[in-house]
Amino acid sequence: MSEQDDNALLTRRALLEGSAASALLLTTGMPLRSEAAAADEVSFAVHTNVVTLRINAHDSTLNLDSRTTLLDVLRHQLGLTGVKKGCDHGQCGACTVLVNGRRINACLTLAVMHENDEITTIEGLASGERLHPLQSAFIAHDGFQCGYCTPGQICSAAGMLEEARRGWPSHATHNLCAANIPLTDEEIRERMSGNLCRCAAYPNIVKAIAAAAHEARQ
Amino acid sequence: MKSFLYERATTTQQAVDALAKRLDAKLIAGGTNLLDLMKLEIEQPRHLIDVNSLPLSSIEPLPGGALRIGALVRNSDLAADSRIRREYPLLSQALLAGASGQIRNQATTAGNLLQRTRCYYFYDPRMPCNKRVPGSGCAALNGFNRIHAVLGASDHCIATHPSDMAVAMTALDARVETLSAAGARSFPIDQLYRPPGSTPHVETSLAQGEMITSVTLPPPPPGRQMYRKVRDRASFAFALVAVATIIDADSVAVRNARIAFGGVAPKPWRGIVAEQALLSARPSRDALEQIAEIALADARSQKHNAFKVPLAKRTLMHAIAESTRDG
Ligand SMILES: Cc1cc2nc3c(=O)[nH]c(=O)nc-3n(C[C@H](O)[C@H](O)[C@H](O)COP(=O)(O)OP(=O)(O)OC[C@H]3O[C@@H](n4cnc5c(N)ncnc54)[C@H](O)[C@@H]3O)c2cc1C
Ligand code: SF4
Ligand code: FES
Ligand code: FES
Repeated sequence: MSEQDDNALLTRRALLEGSAASALLLTTGMPLRSEAAAADEVSFAVHTNVVTLRINAHDSTLNLDSRTTLLDVLRHQLGLTGVKKGCDHGQCGACTVLVNGRRINACLTLAVMHENDEITTIEGLASGERLHPLQSAFIAHDGFQCGYCTPGQICSAAGMLEEARRGWPSHATHNLCAANIPLTDEEIRERMSGNLCRCAAYPNIVKAIAAAAHEARQ
Repeated sequence: MKSFLYERATTTQQAVDALAKRLDAKLIAGGTNLLDLMKLEIEQPRHLIDVNSLPLSSIEPLPGGALRIGALVRNSDLAADSRIRREYPLLSQALLAGASGQIRNQATTAGNLLQRTRCYYFYDPRMPCNKRVPGSGCAALNGFNRIHAVLGASDHCIATHPSDMAVAMTALDARVETLSAAGARSFPIDQLYRPPGSTPHVETSLAQGEMITSVTLPPPPPGRQMYRKVRDRASFAFALVAVATIIDADSVAVRNARIAFGGVAPKPWRGIVAEQALLSARPSRDALEQIAEIALADARSQKHNAFKVPLAKRTLMHAIAESTRDG
């Protein structure tokens, strides 16, 4: 990662934004934001960083505005639109990806924070034409309706099953110190509570995950 | 989001130096609270110092039986740690009752302590809020204040502190360790949070440029530990009321009692007077009711949150009853 435009007070982008705002002011007579806010915007230098991200085992080097979230890079710069934006505030789980095997919300982290990390999205779960067992299970058990939350559900489930395999407890675990915590439906529901489904496909999502977990244990 | 200069610190000293250099600098750890607020331009750091590469991710036993938790230990790793599960189960329970699996994987010990209130007027830049814009007023006072504080609030702010983890750490008498240009210091977690008074925007006792490096738990206290959280849905919701208790008792006497509330005050709320009352009580239904009364004696509710007072009392009574049950 390297920092550029460090000392630039007025960048091309800020200038463009500034002139776009004044053009709007001229045509409509109504500023979108207050003029003070627009002036403030101009005084903010835009900082960019060159970042190399390793996504689905493929390196991409990008010049990014430091504000860019991991979610926006994946969707907008890299075209990985399987990753969804539901709320952009950590509340829905649609943007769940795996970072070094752990599930996180891509909307609440900056891309520039992930140099040297191994990032996996829904696009990277299958091996060639062979679907990931969770993908097959979601199809077999009809674990979706509109499908919007599904990539996040599947990535989250992949991370969750790994957490369970490592013996992590959950809020639904009765004995925190148990050596073996059975992955009951109650456990699955609790562990997946960070993924909302507007279509309420929950019963089949739980079935699909339980089936994939069962298969993995065989 | 306002633009900022991004820098990754490679040593703790470097992070502290960078933080001291600019008034508008902030540390970013998990980012789950800071970025949320930056998107809404409620937080506008011009310089962001990423602390994620610092060697503050371990949980280390100290001589004498204490346990030091690095500032960057993720909430999920802390909750799953075998020593925490065995000796400080209250802390595991509180962490697991907070947020979601994804957020816990990002959220850090220090970031969790310093997360800001979830008052919806604080989150809405169109509304007056003394915490966000000092002197602008408090929209919650005459607004919809169902989630707000019943203890320790002021006429300037009635927001609650949202952390579950901090409530457990308060019951455990944890200490916070920091580093700044002035050097290292350590103080009880109870001193981290400042009462809102007339300056609700000043939330902690941390000096400008002071960084949290770790939290230390004293050796596990005797007694049963319990964390009870009541919320609007069964999972992935902030506490309306939470109660952390550590109670060492048998049918004859209570030898040790710690009580802390979450969701009801601007900080994790220790029930010291109720603890003392419990020490001189023989746990009976009447005694429990009395102790709950004592714990909430100073409660002052608002138009929409009066329900929190009986809810906190009942949750406390339930926790004490569970902790003192035989077997
Ligand atoms: C949808 C949602 C639901 C949630 N539900 C819950 C819940 O039920 N219970 C609960 O307790 N929490 C909940 N949370 C909050 C979550 O626990 C916090 O966002 C998280 O703990 C913050 O940690 P972080 O590392 O991401 O902090 P960051 O966002 O990185 O930082 C938070 C603050 O701490 C400062 N900071 C970070 N590290 C240090 C340091 N070492 N020294 C000094 N300052 C530092 C930052 O500058 C910033 O001001 C929820 C969050 C979301 C988004
Ligand atoms: S309660 Fe506090 S945070 Fe909420 S609007 Fe009032 S001043 Fe702001
Ligand atoms: S888009 Fe990230 S959690 Fe909703
Ligand atoms: S399938 Fe439609 S949101 Fe989940």
